[in-house]
Amino acid sequence: MSVAEKHASRFNFRRLWALVQKESLQVVRDPSTILIAFVLPVVMLFLFAYAVSLDTQEVPIGIVLESDSAAAQSLAAAFSGTRYFTVTPARDRREVAGEVVGGRLRGYVVIPQDFDQRLASGARPPLVQIITDGAQPNTASFVANYAQGVIKIWQSAHSPAVGSVLSLEPRFWFNPEIESRRFLVPGAIAIIMTIIGTLLTALVVAREWERGTMEAIMSTPASVVEILVGKLLPYFVLGLGATVISALLAITVFGVPLRGSWLTLLSLSSVFLVPALGQGLLISAVTKNQFIAAQIALLSGFLPAFLLSGYLFEIDSMPAPLRVLTYVIPARYFVSSLQTVFLAGDIWTLLLPNMLAMLAIGIVFFAVALAKTTKSLDN
Amino acid sequence: MTNEMSAQVSQAKLSSQPAVKIVGVTKIFGVVEALHEISANILPGRLTGLVGPDGAGKTTLMRLMAALMAPTAGRITVANCDTVRDSNRIHTLTGYMPQRFGLYEDLSVMENLRLYAQLQGVEPNTHQDIFERLLTFTRLAPFTQRLAGRLSGGMKQKLGLACAMMGKPRVLLLDEPSVGVDPVSRQDLWKMVRELTDEGMAVVWSTAYLDEAERCATVLLLNDGKIEYDGPPDKLTATLKHRCFRLLDPKQERRIVLSRALNLKSVCDGVIQGNSVRAVLRKEATREEIDALAKEVGAEIAPVTPRFEDAFVDLLGGGPGGTSALAERMEPVNLKGDIAVECHELTRRFGDFIATDHVSFQVKKGEIFGLLGPNGAGKSTTFKMLCGLLKPTSGGAHVMGLDLRTAKSEAKSQLGYMAQKFSLYGLLSARQNLEFSAGVYGFDGATKRERIEEMIEIFHLQKYVRSSPEDLPLGVKQRLALACALMHRPPVLFLDEPTSGVDPITRREFWTHINGLVRKGVTVLVTTHFMDEAEYCDRVALMYQAKVIALDTPDALKRSVFKGGSDEPTMEDAFIQLIQSADAENATSRATKAP
Repeated sequence: MSVAEKHASRFNFRRLWALVQKESLQVVRDPSTILIAFVLPVVMLFLFAYAVSLDTQEVPIGIVLESDSAAAQSLAAAFSGTRYFTVTPARDRREVAGEVVGGRLRGYVVIPQDFDQRLASGARPPLVQIITDGAQPNTASFVANYAQGVIKIWQSAHSPAVGSVLSLEPRFWFNPEIESRRFLVPGAIAIIMTIIGTLLTALVVAREWERGTMEAIMSTPASVVEILVGKLLPYFVLGLGATVISALLAITVFGVPLRGSWLTLLSLSSVFLVPALGQGLLISAVTKNQFIAAQIALLSGFLPAFLLSGYLFEIDSMPAPLRVLTYVIPARYFVSSLQTVFLAGDIWTLLLPNMLAMLAIGIVFFAVALAKTTKSLDN
Repeated sequence: MTNEMSAQVSQAKLSSQPAVKIVGVTKIFGVVEALHEISANILPGRLTGLVGPDGAGKTTLMRLMAALMAPTAGRITVANCDTVRDSNRIHTLTGYMPQRFGLYEDLSVMENLRLYAQLQGVEPNTHQDIFERLLTFTRLAPFTQRLAGRLSGGMKQKLGLACAMMGKPRVLLLDEPSVGVDPVSRQDLWKMVRELTDEGMAVVWSTAYLDEAERCATVLLLNDGKIEYDGPPDKLTATLKHRCFRLLDPKQERRIVLSRALNLKSVCDGVIQGNSVRAVLRKEATREEIDALAKEVGAEIAPVTPRFEDAFVDLLGGGPGGTSALAERMEPVNLKGDIAVECHELTRRFGDFIATDHVSFQVKKGEIFGLLGPNGAGKSTTFKMLCGLLKPTSGGAHVMGLDLRTAKSEAKSQLGYMAQKFSLYGLLSARQNLEFSAGVYGFDGATKRERIEEMIEIFHLQKYVRSSPEDLPLGVKQRLALACALMHRPPVLFLDEPTSGVDPITRREFWTHINGLVRKGVTVLVTTHFMDEAEYCDRVALMYQAKVIALDTPDALKRSVFKGGSDEPTMEDAFIQLIQSADAENATSRATKAP
């Protein structure tokens, strides 16, 4: 009796341990949890890395060679030589025009008959026509820009005198090849962690309410803090596990460098899990229903992390109200931190403020969740 | 700890101080008053039944006693600790088993026990002893490694009880422990609980089954948030002495006799019991009318012992009259053949598991046919095949002479189906639900409007047409579901657990309608776990382990287990006995098969 009463009072590690054990067993036995924690990251990484590539490569275009001169030939060869285009050669623009209309080519470049003469004369610069498929504006501008780039490079190589005296040589730091995968993959880890942290916790706490086990647990001397912490610890470990798997994939399969240290990466993930788990906890404390919890977790966790974190769309180019909104989205700080630690290194002056921001948001979530989860079935 | 505990317990027994004191408790949720100024004492060493229909406030009171909620007004003390101020102490003093037992289905029996032992702060070095004792007590020892989700309803309930008892509580609160548990397991549980009260524990057992009240030492009868009665159950039933009668073997159809009896001014309640009609007279009414009726229908009239349910209905001012407005409107069903539903060697497998095993029976036109059996016996699977909702693995079924394999949709148009939990659309209003089912059965225009208006009128749904079914009281919901199922005036009606959780008055209203329909020639198939409801059936098929182990009239089934003596067996006795003898038969056949 007296023993039991002593236990009732304060935070008790034996009870916490019992709850952690219980939760871990449930995690291990529930195939859907394992699926979300370990299979989903792999699938998502592959999807994000391949499907959401912002680079365009091997765009099919036509080259209409109306001239047979050596210069024209070498310009055409410059087009075929770049990995950005796959080229369909033609003699007459009518051959390729139909293909552009049919959507099989994204555009075509016409090297006109008088290309050589103009080039030789120098007075009137040669005219090269670029036709693009404006129905897909992004690809169209890509074709136009890259075609111009190819021509410029060819021009300066072919006749340095004709080209501008000043030659620009852009260099992209951190991602020299400006490969979008390099910054998409670290960002994807943030999305995955949001799903694991927020969705999974929202579901499992709501499940306890639905199955009536929360009521049974609450009627024991276990305190709210013990119940919540016991719930979160296993998912915290699960979240870190998912980070490790995602990072390993990123490095080995997608060739993303990890310029910072693993320790930094893991501490960043740990800090991010605070707001992610807190948000999940809050959602399930309010809804107590798995279906609604899943909906809210997707709407308030996944979508903002996807759209407003700077992962896909640059925050600087968002309208001001949205830009303000991004400050309360923990994924925003995590995405930029991940990009830093992967592509630049352990730059603490950048990472620390981000970590502090995530912690602050997390503490707010936890405070509200704790206030909402009283050890009572009222409300 | 054990010694300390038993010393305290016997002390408690001696002083017979109330274990729980409820003083003027009111609980309000939003605008709904769940409990209204309730006061009562719960004594140690006793089994207290918290009895009442669904929505009476039983679960709310349980949660208040378990300190999981705070009362809006008034106070509750458990062993002199206030449930609001000392909620921590109360959680160590009480064991609480919520509905659905509060078990983790993906943890094994042992893991569940260990979890609750640790949460209750049971000393680790005593775990082994306590687990052994509990496992022997519940006879779960052979299943310690099995996941709780794989246990049968009865075993889950015992495990839930074991978990709730873990901390040696002073007060054990069991919220509807017998829901979804078959009579055999229920009997086990009663035995276990009686042992606990003998040790001095206060046990509160909440239930919607009124027959369970009679087994409690004392009863708190809750209805609509108020205590209607507080005291020993026999004291309440004693008030009905000399007021309960049975009309044995009437020459007239018993359903007509019941309807006539219920229409008498001096009768407050009546039910069908096998081949006889049971009637309860109003307070201070004379026997004159009922005697006259008995004489007229050629029945032998005999006084019978009152039951708790009689008393409850009487307390609430009596049941409904005997005439069904619905049946009055129905046109008599004309049927060519004599057989309405028929199945032959009906079998359904789910993988290795056989849910229904070569089941054959015939249901005559205008018959009420009951399908009884413990959970998982295959009732619902059989039912679904008969309604054409599930394809049989082998064997076949006919409804109104139509083969369910070849003429599925024609056969379906001949039957009305009321599913468990009523399957109404919560996002549609009551009227929209009616419109939907009218539309589904192909009515439109004037006919559709007419039918819907008719149903609204017959079932008194005018007040509720705009509300969502979710906000309706259970009884109204049930009427609405029945209206939907009857929209197309089907000659065959399938009812799957139609009255579970419904209060006795509403249940009687429901059966008045069903009896009326049957008299018009409608054939009714019903599954139920209310044993007294089986008495309304003309014939009952008892299913057990996927097979029909008995099929006869309720009276014949009861007679088959009658071993002489003064007490006539009830339907529940018959049920338990038949299942036990089936088990024994299985055991011997297995023994003979073994080399």
